[in-house]
Amino acid sequence: MDKEAILKKFKPTLDNILYILHDLQDENPQHYLSKDDIKVCADYLNIPYSYTHSVASFYTMFSMKPRGRNIIRLCDSPPCHLMGSKSLLDYLQRTLKVTTGETTKDGIFTLELTSCLGACGVAPAMMVNNEMFGNLTPEKVDTILDKRRKEL
Amino acid sequence: MIKTKINNVDVETPEGTSILWAARKAGFNIPTLCQHPDLVPGGQCGICVVEIEGVPGLKRSCMTPVGEGFTVRTHTQRVMTVRKQLVELILSNHDTDCLTCIKNNSCELQKLAATLGVDTLEYPKFEEKLPIDKTSVSIVRDPNKCILCGRCTQVCSDIQTVNALAINNRGCDTVITTAFDAGLGNSVCINCGQCVVHCPVGALYENSQIEQVWEALHDPDKFVVVQEAPAVRVMLGEEFGMPPGSLVSGKMHAALRRLNFDAVLDTNFAADLTIMEEGTELLSRLTSGKNLPLITSCSPGWIKFMETFYHDMIPHMSTAKSPQQMFGTLSKTYYAQQKGIPPEKIVSVSIMPCTAKKFECQRPEMNISGYQDVDYVLTTREIGRMMREAGIDLKEMPDEPADDIMGDYTGAGTIFGATGGVMEAAIRSAYFLVTGRELENLDVIPVRGLKGIKEAEIDIDGTKVKVAVAHSCGKARELMDKVAAQLEKDGKCEYQFIEVMACPGGCVGGGGQSWGSNMAKRARRGESLYEEDKLMPHRRSHENPSVQAVYEKFLGKPNSEKSHKLLHTHYYKRSTVDGKVLPENKISE
Repeated sequence: MDKEAILKKFKPTLDNILYILHDLQDENPQHYLSKDDIKVCADYLNIPYSYTHSVASFYTMFSMKPRGRNIIRLCDSPPCHLMGSKSLLDYLQRTLKVTTGETTKDGIFTLELTSCLGACGVAPAMMVNNEMFGNLTPEKVDTILDKRRKEL
Repeated sequence: MIKTKINNVDVETPEGTSILWAARKAGFNIPTLCQHPDLVPGGQCGICVVEIEGVPGLKRSCMTPVGEGFTVRTHTQRVMTVRKQLVELILSNHDTDCLTCIKNNSCELQKLAATLGVDTLEYPKFEEKLPIDKTSVSIVRDPNKCILCGRCTQVCSDIQTVNALAINNRGCDTVITTAFDAGLGNSVCINCGQCVVHCPVGALYENSQIEQVWEALHDPDKFVVVQEAPAVRVMLGEEFGMPPGSLVSGKMHAALRRLNFDAVLDTNFAADLTIMEEGTELLSRLTSGKNLPLITSCSPGWIKFMETFYHDMIPHMSTAKSPQQMFGTLSKTYYAQQKGIPPEKIVSVSIMPCTAKKFECQRPEMNISGYQDVDYVLTTREIGRMMREAGIDLKEMPDEPADDIMGDYTGAGTIFGATGGVMEAAIRSAYFLVTGRELENLDVIPVRGLKGIKEAEIDIDGTKVKVAVAHSCGKARELMDKVAAQLEKDGKCEYQFIEVMACPGGCVGGGGQSWGSNMAKRARRGESLYEEDKLMPHRRSHENPSVQAVYEKFLGKPNSEKSHKLLHTHYYKRSTVDGKVLPENKISE
């Protein structure tokens, strides 16, 4: 869908700003809001460019930097910590050779932390894009990553 | 009226008054950091907290209105502990190299820490050195000094409606910056410097050219000429502890002479010249009926604002350069020729109440003399600093006139510094240019004062000319929207002539004024300019003998081919993203 079509889905009122930004980000293969995305949204809503950027930068769900094809969001809440999410984070950082917030050199993964995913029953948990994974172990993580690496 | 008891003092205030102001009335000065008399309180800093009997927790007095029967305590143990802790927290991630800070001795945070007796830093220092933004030729932004009070963003978005600066990110990552941290020089910033004059700390300041000017002054091969803007003569006194609005024209000329400038001239001369050019332009447009209303072009902040947000107005803009730039051009052509000085030896310095002038003088088209027309622009604050450095006390100076051929001025030139002044000066001369007779009552009262948009109708021999004056870009936006709507509707506008100044109050409220300014001070400076106008032997620009001489000896007549080449300019459409000139520009001629 081109940007024009995304914008046209919404009325040009300020309360639609987050929906528009989400759709623009989702449409971007690198999962981020480019300068042009911010500009088209600002122009469509007739609001300042800096204000649109300010709103987008407030929410951690938006990124202003290009990200990998798969975004790993490891749950950072206390129940997951109790169930060993810290060691999983270390493991992910070691295998992917990135620190939190970074993207792998091949552009396949971006590693992020997130607030509670509401999956405490299956802690430790993480999401890869829109898919949820629980009861994680390093082995399970390896399988998930391998599967994603093969998808192109 | 609401009755409140503040620290056992009874005080009566109108409904809606904040506790902060009620307490001031009762004689208690509650300390604040983010509060500014010209801005809407936002409660960001929390320093102004007070205790209200029967109300749980502490309340921010700037944001809490008085209530009937309130018993307020402004300096209990609890309140004082909290205030101190807040300052300590701010200091824990504030770059505290006060001795080398531009705001040393005029910083509101420094004063507050001293007032509250903060003598230890309780919290470990958390300092992440962020890069200093030096992308703008006018304004430097140091995020390490920023305390996130939000005054700059409020003035930038609400009063100026420029929206260059915004609050970005959140939590401890919060930073006030331009979109994508591109820097002020790569943003829609119009360089007006209102953020600079509202900043309580040293996070925003002018891009200084003091060093370059000292170098030129010390170079025996250079001939350094200086011009001072109309508003500077009612501002400079404040740099030396004189009351706001003190008129120091003569002292200023004397002090500049003692700084070793080779020729002390005056921008007011060029202001009179601007009236001749702009007034003639107005007459020709009134006659042809084309591109009305004519809009003034003296304010470089307004010019960039118009180029960015209202470039459809370019054909309506006066093509006359601002007085600073007219002066710059003439200093390296007319002055050089008359005085027999090679223009390459002339260094043209201007003292301005303005930060946008620094941008204006570096615009690539401003070099018609074959050199950069104005080499360096110093703000009122910078020249104050130079004078102090040289041990010159302005208060002790004698009154001296400016030097000849570009130093004479009339009362019309001097009022350029206040909102409505250009309009009033233009009316005085336009009346003469049309009718050949002098206007009897020279005071055009309706265009004076600090009302946001002012209107007046002038009868020039039966022709009614309706004029409007706007100051601050927010008000300019309002006026331009109205004009654009009228032009779109029936191709005509009710106004024939419009004056716009980018800063609230006009140049007396510019981004180069002394620290700690407010609207009350701006008003007093404006009044002083009108007082000087009254004292002048000549009060109409066309009576200025030096202006008459420049036309006689050099330019021919107003709007002649030579005047057009030297004293007029053109404008560019700019991007609303980065403020850069757009590729599809057509030159407005």
